[in-house]
Amino acid sequence: MKRSPPILAAEQLTKHYPLKTAGFSRRSGIVRAVEDVSLTVLSGEVFGLVGESGCGKSTLGRVLLRLEAPTAGQVFFAGRNLGAFGSSQLKKFRREAQIIYQDPYSALNPRQKIGRLIEEPLSIHQVGTRRERLDRVHWLLDIVGLQPDHAQRYPHEFSGGQRQRIVIARALALNPKLLLADEPVSALDVSIQAQILNLLEGLRAEFGLTYIFISHDLSVIEHIADRVAVMYLGRLVEVGPKGKFYNQPIHPYSRALLSAAPIPDPTAQRNRVILTGDVPSAVNPPSGCAFHPRCPERRDICPTKVPTLRQISPGRWVSCHLR
Amino acid sequence: MTRFEALRDLLRNWSASVGMIVIALVLVVALIGPAMAPYDPIAPAPLDRLKGPSPAHYLGTDSLGRDIFSRIIHGSRISLMIGLISVTISLVPGTFLGLLAGYFGGWLDSLIMRLMDMLLAFPAILLAIFITAILGPSLPNTMIAVGIVYIPHYARIVRSSVLSLKEQLFVQAIAHLGGSHARILGRHILPNSLPPIIVYATLGMGTAVLQAAALGFLGLGAQPPQPEWGAMLSEGRQYIQIAPHVAAFPGAAILLLVLGFNLFGDGLRDVLDPSLRSQ
Amino acid sequence: MRETVLEIKGLTTQFRTRRGVVTAVDGVDLTLGRGETLGIVGESGCGKSVTALSILGLLPKPAGKIASGRIFFDGRDLVTLREADLRHIRGNDISMIFQEPMTSLNPVYTVGFQIQEAIRKHRHMNKGASRTEAAKMLGLVGIPEPEMRIDDYPHQMSGGMRQRVMIAMALSCHPQIMIADEPTTALDVTIQAQILDLIGRLKDEIGMSVLLITHDLGVVAEISQRVMVMYAGKVVESANAEELFGNPAHPYTVSLFKSLPKIGGRKGTLEAIPGVVPSLLNLPKGCAFQERCFKAQSRCRQTPPWQEIRPSHRVRCWKPVDQ
Repeated sequence: MKRSPPILAAEQLTKHYPLKTAGFSRRSGIVRAVEDVSLTVLSGEVFGLVGESGCGKSTLGRVLLRLEAPTAGQVFFAGRNLGAFGSSQLKKFRREAQIIYQDPYSALNPRQKIGRLIEEPLSIHQVGTRRERLDRVHWLLDIVGLQPDHAQRYPHEFSGGQRQRIVIARALALNPKLLLADEPVSALDVSIQAQILNLLEGLRAEFGLTYIFISHDLSVIEHIADRVAVMYLGRLVEVGPKGKFYNQPIHPYSRALLSAAPIPDPTAQRNRVILTGDVPSAVNPPSGCAFHPRCPERRDICPTKVPTLRQISPGRWVSCHLR
Repeated sequence: MTRFEALRDLLRNWSASVGMIVIALVLVVALIGPAMAPYDPIAPAPLDRLKGPSPAHYLGTDSLGRDIFSRIIHGSRISLMIGLISVTISLVPGTFLGLLAGYFGGWLDSLIMRLMDMLLAFPAILLAIFITAILGPSLPNTMIAVGIVYIPHYARIVRSSVLSLKEQLFVQAIAHLGGSHARILGRHILPNSLPPIIVYATLGMGTAVLQAAALGFLGLGAQPPQPEWGAMLSEGRQYIQIAPHVAAFPGAAILLLVLGFNLFGDGLRDVLDPSLRSQ
Repeated sequence: MRETVLEIKGLTTQFRTRRGVVTAVDGVDLTLGRGETLGIVGESGCGKSVTALSILGLLPKPAGKIASGRIFFDGRDLVTLREADLRHIRGNDISMIFQEPMTSLNPVYTVGFQIQEAIRKHRHMNKGASRTEAAKMLGLVGIPEPEMRIDDYPHQMSGGMRQRVMIAMALSCHPQIMIADEPTTALDVTIQAQILDLIGRLKDEIGMSVLLITHDLGVVAEISQRVMVMYAGKVVESANAEELFGNPAHPYTVSLFKSLPKIGGRKGTLEAIPGVVPSLLNLPKGCAFQERCFKAQSRCRQTPPWQEIRPSHRVRCWKPVDQ
């Protein structure tokens, strides 16, 4: 096991949103997007965050990077409490942690040439002279596999995969240590996904980056992550090293999730655990363990008490009454 | 869409092309016309009163014997200025208010939009009359009045653009990079709000000319002897029966210019409308 | 040998755009047997969706047009049918479900009303009988308490439920063929498993054929008996599912499989396909894949032949990959 200090640590992170009342409807309530999440991310690792829509993984990512303030709980970056940061410290923190977005088509200003686009973080933080910034932009274009003369073009002149490269170049402009990759390949064609995954992996190795990698695609996570965390309705249900997780998932939801993933091989053995029912709403979560209505192994205790995330073997954490 | 592609599409759009030609025509007339006009637009010539169109006076003369053709030429400068200045007076504060209201939301949004609603509650012409009455009838005051009346329209359009742009990923990305509000507003939101503003401003020029003409017609605008087309229309009203050309030609000039602006503005909107872009 | 229920010969569909004529589907042949699931697989722009729309005459007019080819169904050529006759076939003999159930369902009518509409139109039942039938269909697709849900509006249902409603609508008239265009792409993995399972079961119960269109190779492998791979408007390979996945022959198919991250697959860099899909306005002479192909030769500048390399396994290539 790597003995590196945690670059990011979250303690009992919670994020609730008030439900907006639209028009005349008097619906009120709270969306419990993230509920009591604690985790650590080690320097240099790829921390995979997996879950289906509505599980809160994107919200968790945003709160971890302090793009939004949590409702409760703390986040520590390199030992410092982000909650105690003033606005100028927060602005400096932006140089150390950046985001790669899911949708390359809307993440770039359509009216800006991409050279300016990539230079913008440098100009926001007033790094270097104009000349130095331009050199850095050319260097960034090069490391993501684009040409220097591309700097004069507009985003719409590029394909989806190329636009994602531009997004990555911009994210790296300030030399961050931590990157939040929020579904970075989900919007791309299958044949382009591999190119971008390779690029991300190569950059990580070359610059010693740390990734928090969010995806709903289990095969992508399996390829790139070192550790895997599974979320369900705002809570972590399982965390563990990749190999052990994929070999033998412990939580019933993890098992169902893995077994549901379609396998591109018609002859493969399928031990399908087909879950009944729909993903419940985060406004009205089920009592006790949020997964119990759909859990094939449900027992009497499950609807009554919320399970806690416990370490059941070195490095493996599960939140379930039955494990 | 690059600027080159936008220009090319604009030229292919017949509405925009015709509009551009008309506006260009008026522009040329406004620029060099006054130097080449055959007669003095202001000096009365009582011996030539109310003469019909003839080779000596292409468009006839008015009640003071002045050549209508020359007056219209001089008036073109005035009308174009009215369009430009009124729109600028509306656009600048309107855009500024719309940006603030849309971006910051909350109480600022409510305050600004309620103020705008109050302005909008008045019919444009009534409000313009009111303002002109306070400031005193003159051409500059007409331009100010018309300008003020249309501020809420720009504020609304810009606010609406800002609301949807605020949610765009590329705008949020700048905030995530540490960018300030000023930077986001100035470099990212404003430039992307421009298309509807440009279209509205172009169409607004036509409206401004019409409103100023109406005010001039009511005697609140350009004062005699200025050859403003609306005022000319008003002067010609009394002679409709015996010398219709005195009112008809300034009226036609107003029609032509407003039509030109409208055609161009419509064509521009078609070209800039994202749903029709070939991407 | 299965009875053939749909046969397409030489279908060519074109679109008039501002920049010229785009051939979205170029000489596609296809046969669909009774009770069979045929998967059409390819990336964005390959023409798979346009093929489906062409079958039912649902191309956007006036830009889209079937330029040539024949579509034989039930003894008739659908290309030559009048709109009135096509309308009779749509929803009745051949039905279609789409990717985004929210935009395919009318938000101002209840779910029950929309199903009943289809039933009354094609099966000539009265109001009472059609309501009973609609409830039966909802139950068939696994919606709990169908007599109550029948009066729900689309926005009151989750994505998975809405997709089930779409399937119920598509099945309500017992069609011979169901065309499913990316039916599960917008759904979570666990819901996707439910829907694919449902389609498979219903297909067997009703004896329906399914034309499944998707970019997801895993989904195709799950439920298809035969598979067709499309690239830039042409079919480049077609075979039984096991044969295609076991012995892919076209270099595009081979490269695609190699570039997929797979659970339990090889680690390290993925073998990405270089380059991007060429624009349909600017295809190279001959084979559209040659610029990205690892086996490209000068001969590829001539349109490759459509040849049978093994029983029922056809490839459009000069030098298919050997096994």
